Amino acid sequence: MHPIFRNTTSLGAYLALWTVLAGLLSALMRLQGDSSWSQALSVAVPLCLFYAFVCLTPWYLCRAFPLGTAGITQLLLNHLGAAILACALWIGLARLLALALELGPEVAPAIPQLVVLGLLLYLLSVALHYALLAVEASREAALQTRDAELRALKSQINPHFLFNCLNSISALTSTDSARARDMCVLLSDFLRKTLGLGERESISWREELELARTYLEVEQVRFGTRLRVEMQVEDACADCQVPPLVLQPLIENAIKHGIATMVEGGTVRLEGRVEDGNLAVRVENSFDPEAPSPRRHGLGLRNVRNRLETRFGNAARLHVAAENSRFSAEMVFPCQKTNR
Amino acid sequence: MKLRAIIVDDEELARQILKEYLDKAGDVEVVAECANGFEAVKSAGEHRPDVMFLDIQMPKLDGFEVLELIDQPLAVIFVTAYDQYALKAFDAAAVDYLLKPFSTERLAKALERVRALLRDPQPRALQASDLAAAARPPGQTLERVVVKDGTKVHIIPIAKLDYVEAQDDYIALHSEKKHYLKQQTISSIEAQLDPARFARVHRSYILNLERIARIEPYTKDSRVAVLQEGSQIPVSRSGYARLKELLGENV
Repeated sequence: MHPIFRNTTSLGAYLALWTVLAGLLSALMRLQGDSSWSQALSVAVPLCLFYAFVCLTPWYLCRAFPLGTAGITQLLLNHLGAAILACALWIGLARLLALALELGPEVAPAIPQLVVLGLLLYLLSVALHYALLAVEASREAALQTRDAELRALKSQINPHFLFNCLNSISALTSTDSARARDMCVLLSDFLRKTLGLGERESISWREELELARTYLEVEQVRFGTRLRVEMQVEDACADCQVPPLVLQPLIENAIKHGIATMVEGGTVRLEGRVEDGNLAVRVENSFDPEAPSPRRHGLGLRNVRNRLETRFGNAARLHVAAENSRFSAEMVFPCQKTNR
Repeated sequence: MKLRAIIVDDEELARQILKEYLDKAGDVEVVAECANGFEAVKSAGEHRPDVMFLDIQMPKLDGFEVLELIDQPLAVIFVTAYDQYALKAFDAAAVDYLLKPFSTERLAKALERVRALLRDPQPRALQASDLAAAARPPGQTLERVVVKDGTKVHIIPIAKLDYVEAQDDYIALHSEKKHYLKQQTISSIEAQLDPARFARVHRSYILNLERIARIEPYTKDSRVAVLQEGSQIPVSRSGYARLKELLGENV
């Protein structure tokens, strides 16, 4: 089915355009022959409305012969052939109308112009359809890329994190087997929680926070006293729906580019509150401004920004700032609770 | 003979397990454990170990920078969780690499390589500082230069580097009216610096383009670049051509 039938607005606009065209055609016929307005309109309006639908048919031809793959002679032959056929139909209808309404002498002088106009309108429609197809294709491609990115992001567990965890567990087995077991449980918890997330559109802030908490607990085993965590999260946030793992990259950054760069470590501070119907989340951490990290906070932040924009458009924002060896990232987006 | 080893890792548990394994190996003595790069450089100088177990991602100085600052022969084994560059580092500079978590058997193999190397030293694997540059990820220019001055380590961010001057086997790095000597050739540091920000203007000089105040004629064929802080740097004919290319005609 032609995309123009998908909504009534675009179909209405399209037909309105043809009605204007019918008016112009009537004016032309009045100039050419010696007909009155009503005579000219009674031929032009049905003629144009008929042709409006004929000019939608290139949609199928254009899809069957895409510009990139079809040869130039094939394209020319097909579209010119179709144009001539369409034009023949349009002239045929014009003659039929003239016959039925007994307006032969009035219509006849306009026939040559009608032929040219019919051919041009059809070919113009072919060009527009190719443009339309190109736009649709690029939109489709963008959607698919974003989908793929999201899937990759959601299912991605930083391999550094995983292997370092396993190494910590390995170290603990001989010195502190109870803690080694705790660490296995924490890590399993974290992995289990992330596993199912790829399929879900959104999760509650409660779940997201729980995930971050588990992650931080695991990291605290690794970093020991170097990692200190402060949390100040309002209960009002709990039921806000958020894109899954939207907080995770911010926490990972805080560890990787913050705490891990400091010999004495530092504090990761997480704040969450609801303000004017928005969920405001702030992650703050200390970092070493001299640390060599050429792409500091690059990919993770960009992903968070993209995802917020996809979901909330202009209603969401992500603001990052680095000063006095404190790095902060704050995201604000509408707190939607209407999931079920 | 017991192998003398240093462990360098910022995570306590990672040091702990390596220490445990090495103690069990019997013929290895762990002479120092370091939690960051500075300590590693310092204690390599003090203890003169046979082998260093070196993590790559660490605060202050990363594993590559530590390598660069160690100026004695020493076998290096990288110990890292997951790093695609570690494999390259191994090819270039290290005796072996261990991927965390590793087994005692794997560690024994690495130690065997160290022993083989000590029996039959190959300068290629033992001179750490020469090979550190080769181990860097390709296509990445330096963000900072590390220099050792006695027991002190200086970190010079690239933005604060005014110019580099060749002095026999050394280079002098000029920054904020001070200069630091480093054992490296001027061509090798030239290759590491961002060519859009630094230009080799003379056989013996590399200039930070942002520091140039003006360029004055000197002799018929040569010119001098006057830096913002006042130093005058000779510019050869080909160096001037290079500057013109980078800065446009209005130099």
